Amino acid sequence: MTAVPLPYRVVANRPESTDTRTIELRPAGEALPAFAPGQFAMLYAFGAGEIPVSVAGLRDGTLTHTIRGVGAVSRALCAVRPGTQVGVRGPFGTGWDLPSAAGRDLLVVAGGIGLAPLRPLVQAAASAHNRLNVLIGARTPEDLLYRDELDGWGRPYCGVTVDRAGPGWTGHVGVVTTLLDRAAFTPHETTAFICGPEIMIRATARELLHRGVPAQHIRVSLERNMHCATGHCGHCQLGPLLLCRDGPVVGYDHAEPLLAVREL
Amino acid sequence: MPSATAPPDAGSTACVLDPEGIGALVRELRARGRTVIGPTERDGAIVLAELESADELPYGWGVELEGGYYRIKRRTDAAAFAHSAGPQSWKNFLHPERVRQWTADRAPDGGMTVRAERPEPTSFAFLGVRPCDLRAIQIQDRVMTGGRHRDDAYEERRTGAFLIVVECTEPGATCFCVSMGTGPAAQPGYDLALTEVVDGTGHRFLARAGTEEGADILAGLPRRPADDLTRTRAREDVEAAAGRMGRTMPEVDLRALLAGTLEAERWNDVAARCLTCGNCTMACPTCFCTTTEDVTDLTGDHAERWRRWESCYDLDFTHLPGGSVRSSGRSRYRQWLTHKLGTWWDQFDSSGCVGCGRCIVWCPVAIDITEEAHALHQESLDRQAGPKDETP
Amino acid sequence: MKRTGVLAALPEGPRERLMELGREVSFPAGTRIFEEGQRADRFWIIRTGTVNLDVHVPGRQAAVVETIGADGLVGWSWLCPPHQWHLGAEAARPVDAWEFDAAEVLALCERDPALDHALLTYVVEVIGHRLRSSRTRLLDLYGPYRSGSAE
Repeated sequence: MTAVPLPYRVVANRPESTDTRTIELRPAGEALPAFAPGQFAMLYAFGAGEIPVSVAGLRDGTLTHTIRGVGAVSRALCAVRPGTQVGVRGPFGTGWDLPSAAGRDLLVVAGGIGLAPLRPLVQAAASAHNRLNVLIGARTPEDLLYRDELDGWGRPYCGVTVDRAGPGWTGHVGVVTTLLDRAAFTPHETTAFICGPEIMIRATARELLHRGVPAQHIRVSLERNMHCATGHCGHCQLGPLLLCRDGPVVGYDHAEPLLAVREL
Repeated sequence: MPSATAPPDAGSTACVLDPEGIGALVRELRARGRTVIGPTERDGAIVLAELESADELPYGWGVELEGGYYRIKRRTDAAAFAHSAGPQSWKNFLHPERVRQWTADRAPDGGMTVRAERPEPTSFAFLGVRPCDLRAIQIQDRVMTGGRHRDDAYEERRTGAFLIVVECTEPGATCFCVSMGTGPAAQPGYDLALTEVVDGTGHRFLARAGTEEGADILAGLPRRPADDLTRTRAREDVEAAAGRMGRTMPEVDLRALLAGTLEAERWNDVAARCLTCGNCTMACPTCFCTTTEDVTDLTGDHAERWRRWESCYDLDFTHLPGGSVRSSGRSRYRQWLTHKLGTWWDQFDSSGCVGCGRCIVWCPVAIDITEEAHALHQESLDRQAGPKDETP
Repeated sequence: MKRTGVLAALPEGPRERLMELGREVSFPAGTRIFEEGQRADRFWIIRTGTVNLDVHVPGRQAAVVETIGADGLVGWSWLCPPHQWHLGAEAARPVDAWEFDAAEVLALCERDPALDHALLTYVVEVIGHRLRSSRTRLLDLYGPYRSGSAE
C-alpha cells in the first residue's frame, strides 16, 4: 500500500548550511523496498504534511535526505529531533540509471540543492570504471553541501564554483557551465546527469548539446508539484509525462521540447 | 471492438422486462445487499442517488441541454432513461469527492503509528449507466488501478460494483459519444445491458447479461423471451440515436492535433472567456485529480490524511516554492483540454474524453470542447496553408 | 591536447599570424594584472592557471565576480572606447599566458580582414557567454525562495 507512510526513526540531523539540513532515517518497523539513486520519497512530518524529497544517500539501509527549509513542511522536517519518527513512502520515480551509462564518461552537474539527489549517484559511480567528472555550482561558499566529502568525488575532476565569493574563498567564481572546460570527457561518449533549478538545467543541457553530448544521454531531474507520488493525483504533469512516474529523471531528448513551452 | 452503432446483443440470453421487471431488479439487487444507485428527479435535475425502489426512477422526464444550459422537461411518454448526462457521474461514488486515507497517532516519545483507512465494504449496483459513462469508468480504472501503484480503496469499490448499462436512445444536444467511439450502443464491461423501448406495443426493456452474475440475476426476474419487434425497435432506436448527436469532434487524430497546437492563437481566445472555475473538471466523469489535506486534532497528537478532488484550474495546482507553473488562465485551460484529448493517450493509452457533453452543459460561459477542438483544427489547417494573402 | 578558446575559434592562418604577436608572460599567484580604470592596452590568453576578475568595494575585500581558466581570454576593453578596464584582474594561481599588445593586434587586423573577422567573432562570443552567465546569476537561482512560499 504505497499511499500509507511507514514510520522511520530519525537517527541523525546535521546542518549543511544556514537553511539546509541532512537527516538520516532508519525503519522503525517494516522497511520500504530499496531506493535507487535519483528516486524520491514522500516524507511526512507529523501534523505538518508531506513533501517529495530525493534520496541523498542510501548506505547501510539508512535513508539520507538533504532538505532545504523553504515551507512549513520542509521546515518541520529540518527540525526533527533524533529519536522521533517521520512517515516515509516510496521509492518513487525513475532513477539516474547509472548501469545504462556503462563504459561512458560521466558528467555530473549540480546546482544548489540539486547536488543532493546526485550524491548517491556519485557514490555509486565511485566504484565504476568510468571517468567521473563532478561539477558543482553553489550560491556562496557557505551554501555548499557536503563540504567535507567533496575531495574524493571526482576522478579525474571535481570542481566547485560559486555565484558570489566571500572573503577567504580561493576557488572558482562563475556559473557551473564554465567548469566544463576543465572536465575530462569525450562528448559523444558521455552521459551527463544534471540537477538544479530548471534554468540551470536548460543552460547546462544546451551547452552540452553544443559540445556534442547526445540529448538522450543527458539526464535531467525535474521538479513539479507532487501530492500522491503514485500517479493518481495529476499534479506533476509535464505535458505527456507524469513526473512521479515517468520522472523525475528524464532524458533531455524528451524534456527539451516540453521545457521549451511556457507554463506547460 | 464493436462499432458505436453495433446492435444490442441478440444472443439467446436476451429477454424482455416490463417496468415491473425493473422494479423486481431493484428489489433483487437490494436483497443481495447492494446499494442501488440510479437516476432520480430532484431539485430540477436528474441526479444520481440511492434508490430504494424503481419507482424513484425519473419516469416521464427528459432534459434540454445546451452550452451552459440544463432544464428537465416532461415527456409525452413514461420513459425512465430518456435523459442524458446530469451534473454528476459515477465517479462521485467510485472516486468520492473526499476520502480519509489514513490516520496517525503520535506517542509521547515521538513515535508514530499509522493506520490505513479501511472503508466499510460497499457493494454498489449502478442502474442506468450510459455507454459513454461505462467507458468513463473504465478510463478511471486505468488511472487508479492500471499502473504500478494501485488505489486499493478505489479497486475495492469498483470490483464490488454491479453495472447495469442502459443504451442511449435520446441523446442530448451536447452529446458526441459517436465521435469518441463510446456509444450510444453498449460496449463490453457491463453486468447487464438494457435498451428501453416505448411504442404502441408498450413500455419495455430489452435485457441481456454480460456476466454470470448478470445472467443469474436476470434469471430470477419476471421476464419473457425477446421478441423480434422489441429487438428491432431497440436496434433502430440506438442506431437513430447515433445519427442525432448534437455535437461532433473534428475527424482527425485529436492527440496529434493537441500536441501540435500548444502555441495556437485559439488559446488566447478561449482564455478570454474561461472563468477557470473548474466546473468542467468537477462534472467530467474521467477527471480524477485530487489534492491531500493533512489535519490534526486539538491535541496535535492525532493526525489524518484526507484526499479530495482538485481541479487543474486552481492556481495552486502547480504550486512550486517559487510560484505556480501555470499562472495564466490560458495555460490552465490548455492543460485541461490537451490532457483530456491528447496527453491522456501518452499517460494512460486512451482518450480522456468520452463525449458525454457535461463540460459543455455545466460551463457557466458555455465553452464547448468540440467547438474549441474544431477551432484548433481550423487554425492548424490555416497555418499549414501558409500565410494569408495580405492584399485586400 | 584539445584546443578551446581563441585557439580553437580562429582558422589556422589567422591564428598563426596572431600568435606571432604573442609574448609569453608569467604571473605569480597574487599578482595584480590590471586595475579598474587603467588604460586597457593589452589582453591575455591564459595557458595555465586562473585569473580572478574583481571589483573594488570600499570596506570589503575585492569582490571576485568571475574566474577565468586555461584557454580563457582576459580582457576585451582594449577593443572599444573608452579603452579602460571595467574590472580588476589578479592571478588566483600562478599564471602562464600569452600577452598581446592591443595596438599591434588592431594594426594587424586592419591588414588582415580574415583575422579581424574571426577575432571579433570570438571576442563577441566570449562577451556573450559572460553576459549570459551574469544574467543567470542575476536570477539568484540557488537563493532563498520568495518569502511566504508554501509547499
